[in-house]
Amino acid sequence: MQSAATSTNNWTDDVHRVARGIRRRVLDHTIRNNGGYLSQACSSAETLATLYVRLMNLGPSVAPPVPPAFPGVPKAGRRAYTGAGYNGEHAPERDRLYFSAVHYALPLYATLIETGRMSEDGLRQFNQDGSTVEMIGAEHSPGLELTGGSLGQTLSQAGGIALARRLRGESGRQWVYMSDGEFQSGQTWEAVQALVYHRLDSIVAYVDVNGQQCDGKMTDVMTIEPLQSRLEAFGARVVSVDGHDPEQLAAPAEQAPDGRPTVVLAYTNPCQGMPLMEARRPKLHYVRFKDEAERTAFADMLRGMPR
Amino acid sequence: MEILSKVHARNLVSWAADKPEVVVLSADLTSSTEIDLFRDAYPARFFSMGMAEQNMMSFAGGLAREGVFPFVHTFAVFIYRRAYDQIADSIAYPNLPVRMFGFLPGVTTPGGATHQAIEDLSVMRSLPNMTVLEVGDATDVETLLDPVQAVEGPVYVRMLRGELPRLFPKDEPFRIGQARVLTRGTDLALLSSGICTEEALRAAAALESRGVSIQHLHVSTLKPFDDEAVAEAVSSARKGVITMENHTVLGGLGTATAELMAGLGVGRPLIRVGIQDEFLHGASRPHLMKEYGLDAAALVRAVETLLHQDLGIGEGDLAAVRLENVHSAAKAEAL
Repeated sequence: MQSAATSTNNWTDDVHRVARGIRRRVLDHTIRNNGGYLSQACSSAETLATLYVRLMNLGPSVAPPVPPAFPGVPKAGRRAYTGAGYNGEHAPERDRLYFSAVHYALPLYATLIETGRMSEDGLRQFNQDGSTVEMIGAEHSPGLELTGGSLGQTLSQAGGIALARRLRGESGRQWVYMSDGEFQSGQTWEAVQALVYHRLDSIVAYVDVNGQQCDGKMTDVMTIEPLQSRLEAFGARVVSVDGHDPEQLAAPAEQAPDGRPTVVLAYTNPCQGMPLMEARRPKLHYVRFKDEAERTAFADMLRGMPR
Repeated sequence: MEILSKVHARNLVSWAADKPEVVVLSADLTSSTEIDLFRDAYPARFFSMGMAEQNMMSFAGGLAREGVFPFVHTFAVFIYRRAYDQIADSIAYPNLPVRMFGFLPGVTTPGGATHQAIEDLSVMRSLPNMTVLEVGDATDVETLLDPVQAVEGPVYVRMLRGELPRLFPKDEPFRIGQARVLTRGTDLALLSSGICTEEALRAAAALESRGVSIQHLHVSTLKPFDDEAVAEAVSSARKGVITMENHTVLGGLGTATAELMAGLGVGRPLIRVGIQDEFLHGASRPHLMKEYGLDAAALVRAVETLLHQDLGIGEGDLAAVRLENVHSAAKAEAL
């Protein structure tokens, strides 16, 4: 199940190396552009690294290392282009990733670079006009194949795909990466209810429970806890883990399917690995430096971060 | 007039017999949207999604991405009002072949404002990649599925159920982008859609007897709205154009016709018979058609306005209203 990025005997070392790379790349990008989704990298790095290094059964990338220009929106006579090729060719036995937390696109692109699926030149196109490397990832963006930017829609779409793949007798699993804010949305619960009812156990959803959303702390916006017992009451198989511990992250996904969709609640720290972020609480959704001094401080922190 | 019952229910079963790629999604209205026979015939291709339309629409998008063709059935209001964002992002943006069948258009239900789709065509027409159709009789319903399935992207069908009249010959199938020419004439162009075509026909004999010459077209494709026969009809009508629809006059057939006429530079009056930007309420179809001015008498008034003359047509000159049995074996409940 391990990806081609393996270079040492211990896969957790690989996960940590990729996770460090994700944080460094996103921080470097944020410093250069004076803005970025930095807390998302802090909270998601180990989960994304564990998915790509350890869990997902993906083929090698079949997409160009430097992403192509945006070919235009789908319409009659123009086939929809997706960024799925970065996760390997679709095949019956292969897994798929459906990336719901599309505000985490920057950490996802960094993950693709760290796992050898995209060139680091690809990140220079981030949020540039005419590029597929969009700020809010959509189906044409590297590593994505669904359009979920409204949030709360991807789990349902993945359910439809899971059902279609089951009708075809395919064995590949569906990995969904979500944010905890999506559990404020009614559609997410409709989706869980439908996945349970139709026994779509090829779905494994990883949720970044970092307790943060656009307005600040989720407990100051709309509480979703107790998330584990709520999901269990809906009939899902739920495991809560330390979202910065690769072994804990990987363990629930290695259980055999049992008829229930699996939800892994990865409890994370939105400042993990970047102590300077702590001073910015409670507003962590998007980081733009207050002044040159803060930017310089973050640049100094970057130079001190381990490789 | 021949009246048929549960046309879609039977037709869907026979049509889908050799199409294993077609599945049906239901939102707790299985009998009410005439998919009960499909469910019984092909249980492995029938998926109950519960009263949860947002999930159902995104789910349909996921199925369609994988080469499965979801035929979504529920009341029209629950498609476009409850799940618009999901239709836009999960279906229309990626141009996926999801087929949506929306029942209970406008005055066809006594279910009240929560059940009556009055702006569905307006909403769906404005979505890029969407094809928008409306049926008017049993022949439309039983010949619709082949043309729908030939469309590359998503299709919204404003659908009829229960007891339906056969207005059009059985051997003249529904064609996307082709209006049915019902009468030819030079004074006025009348474009009617859905159940308004049956209603307009109630006035046909009286108008003809008064010497009114009407080019009457039954329009079933609201988008794309590029039918040459429609353009020709509105361009050649000497005295003006009337549209007649079971829908708000904002965004449906009347609006599409106004846009067409403006683009063609047709400088003649247009009267849009339809719901004048207000909600309906729960009452019978004949009652609502009269109250909201969608009936044959309203059409006569529009003709008189355009011709600047009193035709002396009273209710007694109009063909009798076809009364549907509200409590009928053709429907699961009286809705």
